[in-house]
Amino acid sequence: MKQVPTNISRRHFLKISTLTGGGILLGFELLANATPEAIAEAGAGSPLFAPNAYLSIDPQGIVTLMAPNPEIGQGVKTALPMLLAEELDVDWNKVVVTQATLDKAYGNQVAGGSSSIRTRYEPIRKAGATARHMLIAAAAQTWSVPEQECTTENGWVFHKASGKKLSYGDLATKSASMPVPENITLKDPKDFTIIGKRIKNIDNKKILTGKPQFGIDTRREGMLFTMVARPPAFGKKLKSFDDTDARKIPGVKNVVQAGGVVAVLATNTWAAKKGRDALKVVWEDDGKLESTADHREAFTNFLQQKSEKPDRSDGDVEQSLSKAKKVIEAIYEVPIIAHAPMEPINYFADVRDGKADLYGPTQVPGKVRSDVAKALGIAEENITVGIPRQGGGFGRKLRSDNAVEAALISAAAKAPVQMLWTREDDMQGDFYRPNGMYRYRAAINENNELDGWYLIATALNSNRAASSENFPAGALANYRTDSHGLTSNIQTGPWRAPTHNALGFAEQSFLDEIAHELKKDPVAFRLELLDHAKNNPVGKVSYDIEKFKSVINLVSKMSNWGKNTPGRYKGFAAYYSFNTYVAEVAEVSMVNGKLKVHKVYAAVNCGQVVNLSGAENQVQGAIVDGLGHAWFSEITFDKGAVQQKNFNSYKLLRMQDAPPEVEVQFIATNDAPTGLGEPGLPPIAAAVGNAIFAATGKRLRKLPFNNNMS
Amino acid sequence: MASYSLTVNNKKHTVDVLPDTPLLWVLRDELNLVGTKFGCGIAQCGACTVLMNDNAIRSCSYPVSAVGTNKITTIEGLSENGDHPVQQAWDEADVPQCGYCQAGQVMATVALLKRKPHPTDEDINAAMTNICRCATYVRIRKAVHLAAEKTSAKPSTSSGTKTGKATF
Repeated sequence: MKQVPTNISRRHFLKISTLTGGGILLGFELLANATPEAIAEAGAGSPLFAPNAYLSIDPQGIVTLMAPNPEIGQGVKTALPMLLAEELDVDWNKVVVTQATLDKAYGNQVAGGSSSIRTRYEPIRKAGATARHMLIAAAAQTWSVPEQECTTENGWVFHKASGKKLSYGDLATKSASMPVPENITLKDPKDFTIIGKRIKNIDNKKILTGKPQFGIDTRREGMLFTMVARPPAFGKKLKSFDDTDARKIPGVKNVVQAGGVVAVLATNTWAAKKGRDALKVVWEDDGKLESTADHREAFTNFLQQKSEKPDRSDGDVEQSLSKAKKVIEAIYEVPIIAHAPMEPINYFADVRDGKADLYGPTQVPGKVRSDVAKALGIAEENITVGIPRQGGGFGRKLRSDNAVEAALISAAAKAPVQMLWTREDDMQGDFYRPNGMYRYRAAINENNELDGWYLIATALNSNRAASSENFPAGALANYRTDSHGLTSNIQTGPWRAPTHNALGFAEQSFLDEIAHELKKDPVAFRLELLDHAKNNPVGKVSYDIEKFKSVINLVSKMSNWGKNTPGRYKGFAAYYSFNTYVAEVAEVSMVNGKLKVHKVYAAVNCGQVVNLSGAENQVQGAIVDGLGHAWFSEITFDKGAVQQKNFNSYKLLRMQDAPPEVEVQFIATNDAPTGLGEPGLPPIAAAVGNAIFAATGKRLRKLPFNNNMS
Repeated sequence: MASYSLTVNNKKHTVDVLPDTPLLWVLRDELNLVGTKFGCGIAQCGACTVLMNDNAIRSCSYPVSAVGTNKITTIEGLSENGDHPVQQAWDEADVPQCGYCQAGQVMATVALLKRKPHPTDEDINAAMTNICRCATYVRIRKAVHLAAEKTSAKPSTSSGTKTGKATF
């Protein structure tokens, strides 16, 4: 058992509602949609045990657990409340889970960096455990027995010796007056009954019956549906517009300019779109109009340039290369790709009388509030930010641009608006995964060993494209990485496993190349390098060698590595990101030049798994997501304008190309959880590329595979 | 503007909209049936899939003026209590991640199973062309097979009988 200090403020523990009205007036549905604070303020008529912002128990025994972070499909609306339920000791099937709005009481409410579970694992469990201790204290006092003799299970406190028991509902009122325990005991993982189990997505029922819950589903009194005319290219800005025809469309109520866009407000989406399309907008040049060919030319030049300041330099890589018996050199390349979350960009804003009511998709509600406050010049305390379930994020919603745009439109129109982008708006208005090129050189010495590694990496708007601490840093006497960022007015930003999504492909493919050159088994070669890093570390070793090995060994076993079915070929890759280790084996066939991915095996070390079903879904999804983008997806620019404007030309993987099976196994451990939304993605492109090499002898160094197979 | 009489989820509705308005926006904006989703607007992604009689259509590209007397079923009208075999299968396989595309995936599956009660993997590949950006395809495939099992295990509803054992 682990003793941890409580550091939740006493103020929060004494939030009992002593309210008027009498009786239980709140229906279950209302309760399900309200925060504990809102319930308290609503005057439920019953004292409520709300020891902290994360949970409340009413005298009827209804347990409400708050989901603090935005849910973008990564499963935290289920997993974070599971942590509370575990330590509180309640029946998962009877709890009400409610999405929190933005509130300082919940700390950092962000969906990004695969951080939700790993940063909240202990604090949220403490919130649950603290409440359980107070419920026990209340029961012990009621029965005049020592607290140590009381136990809890499924929403009840028991005193086994006397056979007494009280439900949490019965104890709710009294618990609220119990002192906050100084120290609390968290459960021993062996006693977990919820953490580590398969728990279904908490919103399945709503999702599968079409209940409104996404930002795009927002409907408010007086709300106008809004579409925007946005610049048709990076390097263009609004000069003037004529809205005469737009205003003639039945249903169009208003046209306003807000920031650099023109917004058409209407009584329904279709009228807004027709109005938007009827605008006569003049755009003017406002900078360079870049094309993909320009980037490639600049990248190619950078790859020949030694950086003044390497990201990392161990030994003397240039000497190692010049003395080498053989130098292996390869250039890898990845294209720009779009986030294209399934739910197109939208946001609801009602800005009136110096106040802003905001509701819509975002991974960063706190940033939404501060950025809207700046944009509108109003105080943050006059802004409320609600957080809906979101139709995907993948990093796109780490920007607040949609909220700011909607707020500016609402302020200009003095009306509540739901701003919605078309898919074409989204494809031109993304913060894309940057394109990049990666030049690797490996020095093979007289003893036929890898002696030196030199990566020069370049990517759009990225000064750290090489991710210098990656494996095999630390395993080699001579190791160096240089990064060159290419500044561009084409917006780029984090895309699921930023930097890693490109490097996982380049680095893990190049390691495969070296293994083949050295006539070594690719898996054995990785393990050998990890042993080097363990026995003779050079400089800092930023990865955990044993964890790395644990997943490599497990995936070898799962996939029967080394044994091939006729006609099937395997490729291997392993990658470390967000403190999580993932090794993958892809099994493919090539029939008449056509790739088929039959099965993918993944071994994952992410510490303690919280929700086994959700965790498996994340890894399977990340693998198929990564595979699809590596196989099919590419964005190119012509004079600042995106050339793939919708899903007819921007190819995403569909069912017919999805591997029928993705087998995922997690290393059994009770180590604190590490990231999981992203780490499954980086290895897959290389695992498949390496399998294609095994099948065909052709090394694919440029993504997407589909455009570069022949 | 023009007036249209529509049968959606076995209810009659009259809407007054522009004739070229896609069915999607009539459902979402006029009838407040927001379970059907907007994804691309060009019938590519399938997030807007609904049933017209027994067939899946992509409502974002289907003008309201073309619906006529055909019966439209949306995710909201698939079952009274959310217990259609396809809905059950989706829950059991715990398919959804973000969940945004899943209404369309479910409706596409309902249409597939009406045509092919026991689809093979190849049938699924051919029929299920909806995009899932979270890439939950492994579980979608599993859920389609599961739904097929459940559908064949369910008493026939077309006979109008409410009792009787499962027919296999």
